[in-house]
Amino acid sequence: MTSALLEVLLQTLISGILLGGLYALIGIGMTLIMGVMKIINLAHGELMMVAMYVAYWMFVLFHIDPYLSVLIATPLLFFLGVGIQKFLINPVLKVDSILPENQVILTVGIGMVLANLATIFFTADYRSTPVNYATSAWYLSDYWRSSPIELSLSVPWTVSFGFALFITVALWFFLTKTDAGKSIRATAQDMETALLMGVNVKLMRVVTFGIGSGLVGAAGCLFIPIYYLFPSLGGQFTLIAFVITILGGLGSTVGAILGGLILGIFESMTATYVGMGWAPVGRFAIFIACLIFLPGGVASLLRRKRLGK
Amino acid sequence: MLEIRNIDVFYGDVQVIWDVSFEVKEGEVVALIGANGAGKSTSLKTVSGILRPRKGEIVFDGVQIDKVEPYKLIERGLVLCPEGRRLFVEMTVEENLDMGSLKGEAKKQREKSKEMVFGLFPRLKERSRQLAGTLSGGEQQMLAVGRGLMSKPRLMMFDEPSLGLAPMLVREIFAVIRKIREEGTTVLIVEQNTKQSLAIADRAYVLETGKITLQGTGQTLLSDEHVKKAYLGV
Repeated sequence: MTSALLEVLLQTLISGILLGGLYALIGIGMTLIMGVMKIINLAHGELMMVAMYVAYWMFVLFHIDPYLSVLIATPLLFFLGVGIQKFLINPVLKVDSILPENQVILTVGIGMVLANLATIFFTADYRSTPVNYATSAWYLSDYWRSSPIELSLSVPWTVSFGFALFITVALWFFLTKTDAGKSIRATAQDMETALLMGVNVKLMRVVTFGIGSGLVGAAGCLFIPIYYLFPSLGGQFTLIAFVITILGGLGSTVGAILGGLILGIFESMTATYVGMGWAPVGRFAIFIACLIFLPGGVASLLRRKRLGK
Repeated sequence: MLEIRNIDVFYGDVQVIWDVSFEVKEGEVVALIGANGAGKSTSLKTVSGILRPRKGEIVFDGVQIDKVEPYKLIERGLVLCPEGRRLFVEMTVEENLDMGSLKGEAKKQREKSKEMVFGLFPRLKERSRQLAGTLSGGEQQMLAVGRGLMSKPRLMMFDEPSLGLAPMLVREIFAVIRKIREEGTTVLIVEQNTKQSLAIADRAYVLETGKITLQGTGQTLLSDEHVKKAYLGV
């Protein structure tokens, strides 16, 4: 393989991993909600869009860096999620309906309302945060003068990836080391028994929806320096999160991380070797392949290994 | 300690428990026996708050609990060791034990209780980092009992603890239940294994199609003609 080809391959792989890390953060939020609520939150991308507008206006109005906005948008989205769960989804759960999945349909509606509110308030214009480091990059040759190949790392992509990694690790600690985190996992595995063990299941549902929303809110802030913003961008990210959730295995956090990375790398490869416009096609090719060949997602492979089945 | 007074319980529109009353006194082992579908498990689920009685009341320690949020009961010292073990299979043995001690005094005593449980079931200690789903049936039942004990219960309810276990393990589980009682915990047990449960019970109630048809001490019921014919197969 010539060094030029290797260069392209490595560069593509790097972009894929960076993108995948951010995708993982979006996917984890959806998968957490899926695990505890047993519903797909189809307003997930729209929640991210809300966080992106928060980060955008924080920058434009108060010159607050999008990375700092993580600390503002995440709690804001947490409470938005809590509110949605408490005042919209919970009442619907109580209603006997001919549609068993009416909470899912409700989330579609919530997504539409959010997207249209954003259009009303912020117009349908495309915007991007004019952060001054948006196009800066680190080059391998700056650090290693005699390097046979040249690789670059975009500064905002790398920083965003770092933040995503940090948040994911923090979440992992919360879920495995604290009683509250264990209670959330227990609720996802067996709600009735969790209730018997003294877990306030109703509260856990509300909190989980909040955490899932907070995570995607953080992801929104991390996307602002590297992506443009418009009110209807949510749908696309809802689909991405959905694909990751399926790819990872419904409700599995580790699965969602791996699913996000796989999707990121796969999209990046498709963009480089097939064509920019084909990346979304690659996304659905892998989605369908997963449904056919690995219906339980990555999590089913992990489970097989750990449970010896 | 626990009094069930004239409860009616429904699944949707179908009534499964008819005017059932029984009581468990402090320090006793009480058994509910009966055939499949007689309403034994339903009774326990109603006591633990997962189902609600449409009529009647349930009193624990002099307090009416049938309207208390079910997750608050474990803190009052009432715990159910559910049918089919119902472990958190994708959590480790140790995490499952942690789940039994989320609140109050039980949480403070967590490490001590863990030692106690590991003393009772040394196998669990060896496997403390393993996922609960990888345990054998017998070990899973021990973990389910251990998880219940972690809550420092004053009344422990067992729903079919011997279900699906080999005869040797059945004996072991009943030995453990006896031990739990000796340490001062009151026990309410629901079983299809009539002989074993009557043997350890101070008193027992026979449930048939959602009604209590017989009651008495374990020994009286063991020698009762109807019980013998219907449940002991002699």
